[in-house]
Amino acid sequence: MKLKLILPFVLFVIVMGFLAKGLFLDPREVPSPLIGKPAPTFTASVLSDASKNFSTADMKGKVWLLNVWASWCAACREEHPLLLEMRQHDLPLYGLAYKDTDTEANAVLKQMGNPYIETATDASGKIGIDYGVYGVPETYIIDKTGVIRYKQIGPITPAALRDKILPLLKALEK
Amino acid sequence: MIPEIGHFSLILAFLFALIQGTLPLAGLAKNNSMLMNLAVPAARAQSILIAISFLCLDYAFYANDFSVLYVASTSNSNLPIIYRLAAIWGGHEGSMLLWVSILAIWTMAVTFFAKKLPLRFYSTLIAVMGLVSVGLLMFILFTSNPFERLIPAAIDGRDLNPLLQDPGMVFHPPLLYMGYVGFSVAFAFAIAALLDGRLDVTWARWTRPWTTAAWIFLTLGIALGSRWAYYELGWGGWWFWDAVENASFMPWLVGTALIHSLAVTEKRNAFKAWTVLLSICAFSLSLLGTFLVRSGVLTSVHAFASDPSRGMFILLFLAIVIGGALVLFALRAPTVGLGEKFEVVSRESLLLTNNVVLIVAAGSVLLGTLYPLLIDAMGMGKISVGPPYFDAVFVAIMAPGIFLMGVGPVARWKKATLPELATKLRWALAVSLVSALLVPSILGKLTLMIFVGLLMAFWIISSVFVSLRIRLQASQKDTLLDKFREITPAFYGMLVAHLGLGIFIVGVTMVKGYETEQDLRMQIGESVNVRGFDFRFDGVKPIRGPNYVAKQGSFYVTKKGTELAILTPEKRLYPVQGAIMTEASISAGMLRDLYVSLGEELEQGAWSVRIYIKPFVQWIWMGALLMALGGILTLIDRRYRSISKNLNIEGAST
Amino acid sequence: MTRVTKICLASVLWFSISIASAAQIAEDPQLEARLKALSAELRCLVCQNTTLADSDAALAEDLRNEIRTLMREGKSDEEITAYLVERYGDFVRYRPPVNANTALLWFGPFIMLLIGGITLVIILRKRANQPNMKASESIEDEQ
Repeated sequence: MKLKLILPFVLFVIVMGFLAKGLFLDPREVPSPLIGKPAPTFTASVLSDASKNFSTADMKGKVWLLNVWASWCAACREEHPLLLEMRQHDLPLYGLAYKDTDTEANAVLKQMGNPYIETATDASGKIGIDYGVYGVPETYIIDKTGVIRYKQIGPITPAALRDKILPLLKALEK
Repeated sequence: MIPEIGHFSLILAFLFALIQGTLPLAGLAKNNSMLMNLAVPAARAQSILIAISFLCLDYAFYANDFSVLYVASTSNSNLPIIYRLAAIWGGHEGSMLLWVSILAIWTMAVTFFAKKLPLRFYSTLIAVMGLVSVGLLMFILFTSNPFERLIPAAIDGRDLNPLLQDPGMVFHPPLLYMGYVGFSVAFAFAIAALLDGRLDVTWARWTRPWTTAAWIFLTLGIALGSRWAYYELGWGGWWFWDAVENASFMPWLVGTALIHSLAVTEKRNAFKAWTVLLSICAFSLSLLGTFLVRSGVLTSVHAFASDPSRGMFILLFLAIVIGGALVLFALRAPTVGLGEKFEVVSRESLLLTNNVVLIVAAGSVLLGTLYPLLIDAMGMGKISVGPPYFDAVFVAIMAPGIFLMGVGPVARWKKATLPELATKLRWALAVSLVSALLVPSILGKLTLMIFVGLLMAFWIISSVFVSLRIRLQASQKDTLLDKFREITPAFYGMLVAHLGLGIFIVGVTMVKGYETEQDLRMQIGESVNVRGFDFRFDGVKPIRGPNYVAKQGSFYVTKKGTELAILTPEKRLYPVQGAIMTEASISAGMLRDLYVSLGEELEQGAWSVRIYIKPFVQWIWMGALLMALGGILTLIDRRYRSISKNLNIEGAST
Repeated sequence: MTRVTKICLASVLWFSISIASAAQIAEDPQLEARLKALSAELRCLVCQNTTLADSDAALAEDLRNEIRTLMREGKSDEEITAYLVERYGDFVRYRPPVNANTALLWFGPFIMLLIGGITLVIILRKRANQPNMKASESIEDEQ
């Protein structure tokens, strides 16, 4: 059999391999280019007291999670019980109220419980843009030196919590 | 009851397809003509049963039977009747049923024409089509059953996506499917030839009309889709290089290559293995397209709801059908023989160069479409490949092919010489260069894109006239009328199709180069001048449609005082899906389209408005129409030449 | 239909020109034209099948405003694109960058054309030199 005649079949098999792999990928997911890079700094007013501020500078030397959410986001509500559970286990959870009003955001926290140590506000969405937020909820894990180490796109699932987030937090705390 | 009949018909059809797909092949192996003779009756039975199934589903839509899940998710009782019937292919399950139904139509057609071929050959042909049908029917029955019941029945349906409530929806999918499902016939011809071991001029002569017919449908389907997007989507775009658009365009490119390759095979009994490979490729790309749209592997505005398990099924089907065909090709292609000789410079070679260009173009589109997946699968991140890539690469690849399009019809068969070609074409080249510079200078704007586009277009058009003139000159007839009469429909077909491409390129170049867009805010009574056209905004009034409410604007358009049109763009609300839709208003003309869309209502009764002047945009689809017409002319030629001649080597047409 | 789907459907069905941008267009048509050209080559992250220019999503509007601000600050198109890529990755570009990862993408077609052309010439030369298998001239050969 001449070599060139089998070539179409070989090319086909290669393409099929990629297509098969593709069935298990999500073409809509946009991974963050910020992983391994310093978290964008910001200072913003805090949800519980508009005169107080929260700044990323305050978090230097600490490992923390930044959960971007909004009162108008349905998936955030789904995620909420898990966040409360995380808080019960003393995980360092901070919130960013994205493109929201203080009134609405506070109302949600009152109604569903507040899992955050503190929530910064980002009414204009500018902080969100700096973090590459495109679909709330999104959660970032930031290490002691202020570098983003992980981004969860969409609600945190029990599996992601167990397999990725908890081990990473443990490793970063050392 | 009726949906159950439909479901049952489908199961029976599957059984007949199994018979159709396996027994004749067993007959081929064992030289048993009784088994081979089963092909036609099994195929016809299958086709009729599929037709029954399709009609049952259509009836469910007609009768607003919302106890059928698929009807409830795609239709609504307020939907106008024609869209209720077209909604059958508005979702994944129904469109798969359309797929097999169209395959059944082609199968039925083949059973009527195939008897002129030897039994061994046509029974294999029909069997292969049967196997394709088996795979698709299994897919439908096991993963995508359109007859699934919804219990309790819904009170009313979720309505057809408002975007699809348009005459385009009635014609575009069926035409498109007739096209790329039609390539299954060429595919079956190729497999039959490989199995049979015989591949000669007769084979090429038989395959050609089927391939051309499928190609015509595909051309019309793609053109219609593009035109529909243009007037429906509100921003005057007509091609986005979206994954699903590419999925229909790749078979078209390969199909075009195939038509040209068949000409060489028919003429010189040459490049047969290549032609067979192209036949396999064209249909493979059709199947690949079906996969891409339904598997969730790529994002697309057209994509049906994705489901990895369905994707797996189709992938497996692809692997068997295409993989099997390519293995068969590798094993059997050497037996088909080499064919006659021709020179390096000759019409045959130019046709084959056209093939190389078209295949590389199709390959590039495939590369661009799959590249994001490739990169992601290798863990190298996520990128997007969009119109900027395709526009640049596709045009760059096609440009040499378009240049050769002018040379090919003028070159002689078997042997041509470069000096001879240069002499014949020098006027065409001169005219093209001059026109490509003249038009922009008259219109006051010249860019590289415009110059190159117009050069290509004028080159094709003038070389069409040159080849016509050469043919007339070569004629021995006395009167001009007789000279024209002597030319075969196939030759006219070639001229018309090539002219169509030239017209198409004029349309694309002029629109991209010279269109004007104005976004503005207009008060009632206010008038604005865009490129010499005066648009007066006469206000907005509420209207009501069968399943929507709307605000309809009125624009009085004049040029230098002469009334041209009253344009009435609308802002529609479809209550069932809660979707708001812009319906643009277009005054179409040969030389320009005037296109107005309503934006938003602003304070004090003013509106934001978008006005486009699009020069020559209709030439895009007129060009496509001409290409299809060219194809039809070559088909007519087939019929005039009597069937008995097909068995001789002589009397080949262009 | 999820909320995102509804927004994206609206994006496809109904481009909207908000009051803000209609006023902005009146204010600085040159900037708007530049914005349109640049955002037409960028991808919306929410409604991923539309350009940033045409998308109706809130994020798209925010990003267009961000681009306006950057343009007023005097940033070039390349700098603005880099700004967005820094935050969202290469996904946001409809014109893929030319780098090691995309070398195959950008150069592949031309390499294919070259290989195809060379192969064809080799095969044609071989065929032209083969002994004539059949001499069949038909009248249409003259045309």
